[in-house]
Amino acid sequence: MQLTGAQALIKSLEQQGVDTVFGLPGGAILPVYDPLLDSSIRHILVRHEQGAGHMAEGYALATGRPGVAMVTSGPGSTNIVTPIANAHMDSTPLVVVTGQVATSSLGLDAFQECDITGITMGVTKHNFLVRTAHDIPRAVAAAFHLATTGRPGPVLIDLPKDVAQSTMEWWYPAGPDEYDLPGYHPLIDLDEADVERAVALMAAAERPVLYVGGGTLKSRATAELRAFAERTRIPVVTTLMARGAFPHSHELNLGMPGMHGLYAAVTAMQRSDLLITLGARFDDRVTGRTAAFAPGARVIHVDIDRAELGKIRQADVAIQGDVGTVLRAFEAAGAMPARLDTWWSEIRSWQAAYPLTYEDEPTEGPLRPQHVIESLAANAPEGTIVASGVGQHQMWTAQFWPFEEPNSWINSGGAGTMGFGVPAAIGAKVGRPDRTVWCIDGDGCFQMTAQELVTARSEGIPVKVAILNNSHLGMVRQWQEMFYDERYSEVYLSPDLPDYVQWAEAMGCVGLRATTPKEMSDVIDEANAINDVPVVIDFRVDATEKVFPMVPAGASNDDILVHPSQRKETR
Amino acid sequence: MNTPEPFAGEVVHSPVRHHILSVLVENKSGVLARIAGLFARRGFNIYSLAVAPSERHARFSRITIVVDAESAPLEQMMGQLDKLVNVVDIWDIAPKDAVERELLLATIATDVSNRTSLLDILGRAGASIIDVDPGAVTVMLAGTPASCDEFERALEDYSSVELHRTGRLAVPRLGQELTNPERGPR
Ligand SMILES: Cc1ncc(C[n+]2csc(CCOP(=O)(O)OP(=O)(O)O)c2C)c(N)n1
Repeated sequence: MQLTGAQALIKSLEQQGVDTVFGLPGGAILPVYDPLLDSSIRHILVRHEQGAGHMAEGYALATGRPGVAMVTSGPGSTNIVTPIANAHMDSTPLVVVTGQVATSSLGLDAFQECDITGITMGVTKHNFLVRTAHDIPRAVAAAFHLATTGRPGPVLIDLPKDVAQSTMEWWYPAGPDEYDLPGYHPLIDLDEADVERAVALMAAAERPVLYVGGGTLKSRATAELRAFAERTRIPVVTTLMARGAFPHSHELNLGMPGMHGLYAAVTAMQRSDLLITLGARFDDRVTGRTAAFAPGARVIHVDIDRAELGKIRQADVAIQGDVGTVLRAFEAAGAMPARLDTWWSEIRSWQAAYPLTYEDEPTEGPLRPQHVIESLAANAPEGTIVASGVGQHQMWTAQFWPFEEPNSWINSGGAGTMGFGVPAAIGAKVGRPDRTVWCIDGDGCFQMTAQELVTARSEGIPVKVAILNNSHLGMVRQWQEMFYDERYSEVYLSPDLPDYVQWAEAMGCVGLRATTPKEMSDVIDEANAINDVPVVIDFRVDATEKVFPMVPAGASNDDILVHPSQRKETR
Repeated sequence: MNTPEPFAGEVVHSPVRHHILSVLVENKSGVLARIAGLFARRGFNIYSLAVAPSERHARFSRITIVVDAESAPLEQMMGQLDKLVNVVDIWDIAPKDAVERELLLATIATDVSNRTSLLDILGRAGASIIDVDPGAVTVMLAGTPASCDEFERALEDYSSVELHRTGRLAVPRLGQELTNPERGPR
């Protein structure tokens, strides 16, 4: 069967089971948009290529399947670099197809030429410049293989226009042996000796902590984690990337560690004598000053990526492997710590002394952002998926939303990309149309990518957006208040410019506003009753509210600042 | 003209603790950029780098990288290199376990007055003359990095028109076990 390269690309995507592509056409990718008309693949036409990338990420995070985006060359391709870099930091499987100028024009500064493989070398797991139509099926198959195996990540395929237009005899590689990846071996044999040494460390531990990172979700090891934790009764902390990997309401869950982590989670790690690290990478937002982090702890470090082992913290037992496989091996070996009663009573006393807290709001408002999040959660159906932007609202959501299930929390962790929330929520809703999807956003973040609500409305994707409108770049404002003597520099945004309700309505969404607690519960009910179009709520929240606890940047986790109302007590 | 001071923090070469990585890569366009980019991005310093098609197959090339093992742990360098999809295999060779050689080419301005002493230096270093014209000779030395250093110093007294060194190539000493923490060659 003779196909054009463009047809071969679409057919290869179908072969991979792709049901949705997020994208926006242009000159160099034009040939590929033609056979798309005849394909079963749903194309979501975005309003900006950054939106396509974040939607693909949201789709991937909500479904566990790779997200796919397609854009044109030059500015189309550079517009999607931010989502690619974001996916690289958070190990999200993405396949991004970029159009490219014809091979005969490469290197000649042709119209909309851009060296996108060069630009994305450092922020992709791998990228390909496909030079013949015959290679297209293999490039696509290899891209999906690379994106989804080992440590997942983004893969980019750059497709010159003449390659898309030329013809090839259709074929499809039968399996990885035909992908021509002689340097890629994602399967790792577990070394039993490592498992035994880890089990021995656990047997000797009196203050162990399960330090659970996003790799546990990528490995789909949440059932194994739960079984292991419940049998051993080792306390669990779930990082920002791992919220939902272990049920929030579980008695063994201490919550999120790190810069804005819960006091008990942060302190349990600091006092621990054994960190059982599962798919986490000792990020500086978790460790605080690394030299002062968990000084008395031995470390078992399990990660699929060998380069993470010993990168920041030397491990006593480093195990390169898949978290689920390793947890099953720990179970098989009967890993069991000593009695943990004393350890647990210490932890319970920290939990009792320093729970998450905030003050009640005045009846006339402004609202407390934490109260808004708790109210949204209390009224959300089971299985609701939550996306967020980056800033204070993200931290409060990670702290206060009770994530009970894997893949229910979608955020930008490693890169901290403002504007991630709205498009990521849209992508999540496309992947999981059966779920309610809330985006909890900041007013600053919302202004970066809100135009994708036009996409959502026109494509019939009814997401719900809660803007915690504090009229500021709140997180930056918090740092300026606390660490720059309240010298506020370029952080004021205005509460009503733009008018978020009118803006939402202009984009075909329902726009609502709440200033008082009474209005808040009314608009939440109203929003929950709307299931056909996107809803945007402008929640007017207190601009002076700050995220606590907080470990100041560069400080030791011992110097955690708890909520002001908790500070008098001795600890 | 004064030479400006380098930027603070710029790398000044001092091969205190060099280490050799022998890396088998796929012969695909951009591989060298991927490796150079990785080293630059992660702050791993390279002293020298030599690339040539490999013995095995036209599909592969061998890159010999002499790294500054002080700039980052070797394990980290190898782990990050290994993640590059085009990197097929990595061997880590400690200098004491390696046979290292380097090639030096130099063109020296000559006249009757200095020819004898130059021949003397060439003889002692074991270098050879590979090109001659009335005013200059091109000489070559293939030797250990140290002997190339010494030869280069000896040539300082002559007005050298050009001097090039390849950077070292290395193979393990015979009878040495190779450290390939991955899986060994396939
Ligand atoms: C693209 C991008 N630019 C800048 C920043 C730095 N930054 C981090 S949080 C933040 C403020 C976010 O403001 P907003 O969206 O209103 O959220 P809030 O903190 O008020 O909840 C800024 C500017 C960033 N993370 N990403």
